[in-house]
Amino acid sequence: MSTSAGSKDPFIASLGKIYAGYTGGFAVFVVLLAILEQMGVPDRIIGYLFVVLTIGVYAYIGIISRTAAVAEYYVAGRRVPAIYNGMATGSDWMSAASFIGMAGSLYALGYGGLAFILGWTGGYMLVAILLAPYLRKFGQYTVPDFLGARFGGNVARSLGVIVLITASFVYVVAQIVGVGIITQRFLEVSFLTAVFLGLAGILVCSMLGGMRAVTWTQVAQYIILIIAYLIPAVLMSVKLTGVPVPQIMYGFALERIEGLEQGFRAAGMLPPPGVTGWHTAPFIGPNGAFSWSAAFNFFALVFCLMVGTAALPHILMRYFTTPSVREARQSVAWSLFFIFLLYFTAPAYAAFGKLEIYQTVIGQPIAALPEWIRNWQIVSPYGVPWVNIVDVNTDGIVQWGEFRIHPDVVVLATPEIAGLPYVIAGLVAAGGLAAALSTADGLLLALANALSHDVYYKMIDRNAPTAKRLIISRVLLILVAILAAWTAGNAGADILFLVAWAFSIAAAGLFAALVMGVWYKKTTNAAACWGMAVGYIFTTGYLVWTEFYGLSFVELFGTKEAILAAARQTAALPAADAELKAYAAALVANAGQITDGAMSWFGQLILTTDSVVLRGRTVARLWTLNNISGGIVGVPLSFFTIWLVSKFTTAPSQAMQDFIDDIRIPKGGVRLVDRREAVE
Amino acid sequence: MPLVEDVEVRTGARVAATDRLNGEAYWKKTSGLMWTVLGIWFVAGFGIHFFANALNPIHVLGFPLGFYFAAQGSLIVFVVGLFWFAKRQNEIDEEFGVQED
Repeated sequence: MSTSAGSKDPFIASLGKIYAGYTGGFAVFVVLLAILEQMGVPDRIIGYLFVVLTIGVYAYIGIISRTAAVAEYYVAGRRVPAIYNGMATGSDWMSAASFIGMAGSLYALGYGGLAFILGWTGGYMLVAILLAPYLRKFGQYTVPDFLGARFGGNVARSLGVIVLITASFVYVVAQIVGVGIITQRFLEVSFLTAVFLGLAGILVCSMLGGMRAVTWTQVAQYIILIIAYLIPAVLMSVKLTGVPVPQIMYGFALERIEGLEQGFRAAGMLPPPGVTGWHTAPFIGPNGAFSWSAAFNFFALVFCLMVGTAALPHILMRYFTTPSVREARQSVAWSLFFIFLLYFTAPAYAAFGKLEIYQTVIGQPIAALPEWIRNWQIVSPYGVPWVNIVDVNTDGIVQWGEFRIHPDVVVLATPEIAGLPYVIAGLVAAGGLAAALSTADGLLLALANALSHDVYYKMIDRNAPTAKRLIISRVLLILVAILAAWTAGNAGADILFLVAWAFSIAAAGLFAALVMGVWYKKTTNAAACWGMAVGYIFTTGYLVWTEFYGLSFVELFGTKEAILAAARQTAALPAADAELKAYAAALVANAGQITDGAMSWFGQLILTTDSVVLRGRTVARLWTLNNISGGIVGVPLSFFTIWLVSKFTTAPSQAMQDFIDDIRIPKGGVRLVDRREAVE
Repeated sequence: MPLVEDVEVRTGARVAATDRLNGEAYWKKTSGLMWTVLGIWFVAGFGIHFFANALNPIHVLGFPLGFYFAAQGSLIVFVVGLFWFAKRQNEIDEEFGVQED
């Protein structure tokens, strides 16, 4: 941190002390609550104290970091040291999905779930080597700023804003649903009330201080979320193996799980729906045998998540806040390190949770099940109880396939499952809340900045005075937040699957244009705009088509067998459009007349095209790929479009080449082609 | 937290910070490093996992090795690789005299 101008700043210099004091204070708080619990204070109060006090601290940081300076509001004054920016990026990145959902996905999918671990970490390598240092050298406020300056103005800027809004909005809605899930359980209020309580917490953090407040709150949130994730994992490791290093010790849990699974299978039992019966086996189908489709899906998902990570604007904009290019690079490494601490613990969490359930729940009489199961039998926003015992064979004993736990509550419920004190459950809730709130803060800021800075200031009123810009920014922040909360409260969990789309959409829309803008000097304005538009429209179109019009997709790309299968699935859907079902039934009735789709040669190019019933719809799968990996075609297509159009359009001007030369080297200033693109 | 207004604005450059030949040599070496790290990324992110099935029968501390690489091994390579990259790129910056002032 020696090169930073900010190191002389007394506030920056004392950051270590401030956050050490904060961490100590939090530890004392947890110990106090543990003592209170032993003294007989009810669980409900403990839960309340955790949620209310942590949100109170974030709000306090948000309020004391209020600012009226534009550069403070948009990029935290560019004086965030690499290591702190790393922590802030960590909590910005790790969302409700990482904290609450990931160990649950690993619990359900076994090896298949590791695609998320690899995808959500490996992407940082792309950020570090391809983008972050160059965006930092460019040194303005937003990702669309870069697109506007590099690719000749408002067309490129607008395309960037459109991709950013599509990807970030569904993502922020998911965070608010996450906040709702936690507050609903621990404050015992309705889902909608919980959503609006969470919203208030998010707004006080970001509204007054913009990026500056969000940065220092996110560091505080990182500290809480990582403590909350590691402590229960360590305690479970001690309980099950006697050694407090879960990341090393869960190997033995894996071995025991493999043994237990084998025993269950030998006894003729089947795993519950959606849970793999072979926890550690890679690339397997439902019958446990190797499947090309599973392998292809695994690698395609890793690729899309990695590239998507490197294209999500709320992450990239964090690297605008470091004092130098050098620190931007270091900061990416620190970000990944802090993310790694949680991600390499998640598989341990999943393994210990699974082992505990296999050992203490399966095979027990249903009447004698422990208390925690009742606590989690409340109905989820998905319409089924979070934990559900379905006595299929009505023998009163819990079989392997009869214990159903929703992946989203594996982390939240594991402390109770393992019989740890309730204070640990409260701690986990506080951690999950920190993860969801911090990501929501970052996303809301990215959305509001794109609208206020890129759309309003850069495209509508370039002469707006500073005070007016900041007021517009805050008003937009509140509007976007309310819209997101309204969507979360109404659509709830039904739209969570859209989050996975955000990665493919951001990857196909932005990644190629950003990378080629830095690394391929001959990229022309028209080429980049076409590349973004083609990637975005193709990928979004593909996702919507396969998800909502799966049968018509199979009719074009499938063989006649696939079309018949898709028609049968559609005709049997319980809640589908009557016209669609009648159409599908007619297809089935005249099965002999079905012919291969017009594009079925393309649909069979790698693996076959088929369909599955998901979320109450017939969802088509090109080359058997789940649509979560929709970017697998869109990303290369976007690169190819940019390269091709660049060949046929006039090469960038000398001024543009100078601009690219300047952002490629850390030293010196940046010669903008259009001086009006400068932020100040 | 004090309000600080002295934000560095670096958009006023009129000339290149280094001469053309030095800039080109610097970029060549930087690109080389980029491809090296991209290679490491590909091997750790994808290559090694092609062999997950073959590695899984080997158990170390209970971990099936294929599972271990996807859950932990590759992640460690990513983290160490990025710190190494940051250090190496700083050395290249200094070698060509284009580090920040």
